Amino acid sequence: MTILEFILWSLLKVAVVTVVMLMGIAYTVLLERKLVGRIQNRWGPNRVGPFGLLQPLVDGAKSFLKEDLIPQGVNKPLYLLAPILSLGCALISIAVVPFGEPKIGPKGFDLLSISNVNIGLLVILGVTSMGVYGIALAGWSSNNKYSLLGSLRASAQLVSYELALGLSLVGVVMRAGSLNLRTIVEQQSRLGIATWNILGGFQFVAFIIYLIAAFAETNRSPFDLVEAESELAGGYNIEYSSMKFAMFFMAEYGNMINVGCVATLLFLGGWTSPFGDLISPPQNMIAHALFPIMWFVLKVFCFLCLYVWVRGTLPRFRYDQLMNFGWKYLLPIAILNIVATSLWLAYR
Amino acid sequence: MHLIVFILFAVLCLAGAVNLLLQTHPINSALSLIVVMTSLAVLYLLLGAEFLAAAQVIVYSGAIMVLFTFVVMLLNAGREERTLGSKAAKRIGFPAVVVILAVLTTLLLHVEGLGAAGPNTPISTTEDLSTVLFTNLLLPFEVTSVLILIAILGAVALARKGHGDQPPADNSTQEGTVAK
Repeated sequence: MTILEFILWSLLKVAVVTVVMLMGIAYTVLLERKLVGRIQNRWGPNRVGPFGLLQPLVDGAKSFLKEDLIPQGVNKPLYLLAPILSLGCALISIAVVPFGEPKIGPKGFDLLSISNVNIGLLVILGVTSMGVYGIALAGWSSNNKYSLLGSLRASAQLVSYELALGLSLVGVVMRAGSLNLRTIVEQQSRLGIATWNILGGFQFVAFIIYLIAAFAETNRSPFDLVEAESELAGGYNIEYSSMKFAMFFMAEYGNMINVGCVATLLFLGGWTSPFGDLISPPQNMIAHALFPIMWFVLKVFCFLCLYVWVRGTLPRFRYDQLMNFGWKYLLPIAILNIVATSLWLAYR
Repeated sequence: MHLIVFILFAVLCLAGAVNLLLQTHPINSALSLIVVMTSLAVLYLLLGAEFLAAAQVIVYSGAIMVLFTFVVMLLNAGREERTLGSKAAKRIGFPAVVVILAVLTTLLLHVEGLGAAGPNTPISTTEDLSTVLFTNLLLPFEVTSVLILIAILGAVALARKGHGDQPPADNSTQEGTVAK
């Protein structure tokens, strides 16, 4: 494969994945509105298109057409940079996520992941940790006390829960002996659901910790103190309007999808089927390529539904409860899990 | 290809460093420092140190600098005044910096194997790095962790000083205290 072919294929992959990701974000919003609606015993959006399916497109158009205000007294460069940072970080981490079997494509080219790097998991963690700046700068540069409070809460929450999140993944990494996401998936794919890290790897505790920390990392209910409407009138994005507000909104849902992808890859067997080798892989080339993608999307979809379900069920935590829980319970349990996993691996 | 990326990020790194000194607003300086650290991570990556690059981004740009910006925001530090500089700095400071740089450069140039890493060195995997860290460098590594523990304890002691009669703070870490 020549360098030109490589660049063209890579550009194609980037374009396709970005479009799919943006559509995914738009329809995650619809999924949330529909599901929360059903949880609250109402219909949710159902006027635009069949079953309200065109709602996200109309919402997007509305965001573009609204007046783009820049309030007085803001620190303009940082005010403009913040939404770009937020959405950029949310979209970048998908670049290392593998969606399906390797080596499907022309001349053994890895078509089903944008890039396959040795330190894939660390790249995701690094990009996520940079996403904090979007929120922190948005709050500070808006020159508004509610935004500042919201962003301070967000930064403290993100930094605190990032520790528990990172540590909960260490057990999985130790089992796989690699930070490469493809290796991690292949290591747990042998017998399907029985060897997934969540069950076969005895990483159930790690999965629960990851789940809780991920909810906090994405500023979602029950940890959505960042934008607690009743206290902060909206939080860090209060001074943003039009598409800039929509960019924060999209970043939040993009992060949800990213977190779902990581959970799928690390704990739920990635693109492999839950039946493992019991059902032999289809011989048809197209089916061989499409089935893994279907499993992957299905798992991420279930994760997103869980997100919405929790949002529709649990009330918001108090701020000190949030901090206490993160540092005094989640972090020690995550460390204990690492110790237990390493002891087990050493014993075996 | 490597050369282009190197030049790009080296220039970015230096520009960030110069901007860090020139800016009068603390938050701009802090952001420049983030640019410096992130470009350094890319330079590490070019030298084949992938784990180091990721750790640089996660630990320095992602965690430590967040605390920096955090403190700047909380104090709401204003723009600093630009002075013409003191005479002492001009007469002693600059020559001293030149001398120190010269001494360091001479010493570093005599170190064996310096500059051997380059675009063609094989990428040192996380496994290689941890093998070295937990065998050859085990003692310094453990001593460093004790050092950091002492620093944390010191921070907690300092943060709790002054309101000793109140019930102990419910956040046992520095971040928590700052957040309060």
